[in-house]
Amino acid sequence: MGEPSPDGRFGSFGGCFVPETLVPACQELEAAFREAWADAEFRAELNRLLADYAGRPSPLTACVRLSEELGVRVLLKREDLNHTGSHKINNVIGQSLLARRMGKTRLVAETGAGQHGVATATAASLFGMECTVYMGEVDVARQELNVYRMRLLGAEVKPVASGSRTLKDAINETLRDWVASVESTHYCLGSVMGPHPYPWMVRELHRVIGEEARRQCAELTGGIPDVVAACVGGGSNAAGIFSGFADTPAELVGVEPAGGAAVGKGSPGVLHGSRSYLLQDEFGQVTEAESISAGLDYPGVGPEHSHLAETGRARYENVTDAEVLEAFEMLSRTEGIIPALEPAHALAWVSRERESLAGRTVLVNLSGRGDKDTELVMSLTAGR
Amino acid sequence: MKLQTPGRLEAALGACVAGGRKCLVPYITAGLPDWGRAVEAAADAGADAVEIGIPFSDPVMDGPVIAEAGERALRAGATPPGVLAEAARLDVDVPLVAMTYYNLAHHMGLERFASETVNAGICGAIMADLPLEELDPWAEAASQVGLATVLLAAPTGSEQRLRAICERSEGFVYAVGVLGVTGERDRLAASALEIAGRLKALTSKPVLTGVGISSPSSAAGAASVSDGVVVGSAMVRRLLEGQGPDGVARLVEELRAALDSL
Repeated sequence: MGEPSPDGRFGSFGGCFVPETLVPACQELEAAFREAWADAEFRAELNRLLADYAGRPSPLTACVRLSEELGVRVLLKREDLNHTGSHKINNVIGQSLLARRMGKTRLVAETGAGQHGVATATAASLFGMECTVYMGEVDVARQELNVYRMRLLGAEVKPVASGSRTLKDAINETLRDWVASVESTHYCLGSVMGPHPYPWMVRELHRVIGEEARRQCAELTGGIPDVVAACVGGGSNAAGIFSGFADTPAELVGVEPAGGAAVGKGSPGVLHGSRSYLLQDEFGQVTEAESISAGLDYPGVGPEHSHLAETGRARYENVTDAEVLEAFEMLSRTEGIIPALEPAHALAWVSRERESLAGRTVLVNLSGRGDKDTELVMSLTAGR
Repeated sequence: MKLQTPGRLEAALGACVAGGRKCLVPYITAGLPDWGRAVEAAADAGADAVEIGIPFSDPVMDGPVIAEAGERALRAGATPPGVLAEAARLDVDVPLVAMTYYNLAHHMGLERFASETVNAGICGAIMADLPLEELDPWAEAASQVGLATVLLAAPTGSEQRLRAICERSEGFVYAVGVLGVTGERDRLAASALEIAGRLKALTSKPVLTGVGISSPSSAAGAASVSDGVVVGSAMVRRLLEGQGPDGVARLVEELRAALDSL
């Protein structure tokens, strides 16, 4: 997984489809990122923060009881153990450092489940920047704890009442803010989506997941896993872990929610800055995703995933909410790890495919911890 | 297949400018109740062209008024083919310009979208999320049927960028008057005068200021530097408030009077 073409394309996907006002900001961001990424001092400071502040490297856990139960050797990359509870912090620390280097004083971000919002609010607090997070009203209601955490960290949380009132509409509103505030503000986009250079930059900032995991797998097993699985909404945790294995024979599997399977059920379209697979109606109006997981409740997918799907280097499966709830409980019961609902999608796929995966080694990116979801799961499973 | 006469939009607006008349271009969201009559009323009340907004589910360049109008229109069942079919039946003498977002054209197919647009009697198109870098495939499809592609030029653009936009924009150059999305503002932003001045120095094509122009005074202020204005949210708000085509006509008359006093 290398650099996109000069026009920001992975194959025919990607690009920079934004209002004219934002084009210079995207170009400035690309130049700044290129320069910073080649600067040893920037990389050293980022690595120091990832280690001392975020707690990297995250461990690799070989599941014992789960592996026995499934008949599949399951390894977990423990992004849930990072500071703020998910992989999102990798990207956010990188982008905030970059924003500071560019002289920006304010961060804006969208959030679905709230994990990216919390991570952005955390980085804003760490670097003394202003922070506004847009979150759909539906998500505000189902992720109350994260809303409180963001406010505690000093961020302003703005509920979004338009459209489906979830992640897609939060992104619309963040883009609108950025159109008006672009001179002082950096848009800290939370996934491998949006206009060029975001899909590439965010994947590079999560590459650390894949690089660590490859080294850890080699130490633990002496080789590489047969399969690398990760959940996909926009697809940042998947892009991060895939990037460590794309040049190996490992099978790469992205797992989408059945109600938001852009690759599985969508068609190419242009939304939020890039051309990629998209859920849309017969006229090109974007349709609403519907998933138990606020973090995957998005009708699109990062353009590089569309490219990986089209070239066949990765394949994309989808699982139902019911399968996800089972996996959520299964990991909690067998390993003492409560996963977020998002990575529970990847576990649900492994569980469903246990027969075809029998005896093989599957590395799952456990992208976040489940504290934020326990109340929701409790209400959904009450009286069962 | 119908063809538009290439250059019709620029010829019409250019004739205004040559005759000392400031251009007035109202924007109406298609698919709202009575939108077609609102377009006709605007033309009768003194508009020099009318923009027709084809609603898209995710209008990131639009503020609350136009975004809400689009949501209402979509809920009422507006579709691109439906809107274009209605546009074809409008009784107006002034040029019509479609404004929308790229995915609707991408999804229908660029050539088909362009030809159905001109078949509806529309002679220009504005794609709010299609900047210079991504323009080529659409511009080629549009030019094949004589559809003018109007480009936006923003205050954030460098001199070099504004020059490239002026070269490729057809019909007129759309000067984005503020850093921000569409919507009414209390006062005319200094940036509106600045961007219009920068563009006027670079091109002989008509330069129209839009975004943040809502009142007769802000229209007159903006047009003191540019060749005219585009007024969207203020028009659409009148339709959302139930003032109907008459409300639109009254605002167009007020704006016309203010521009004619310059």
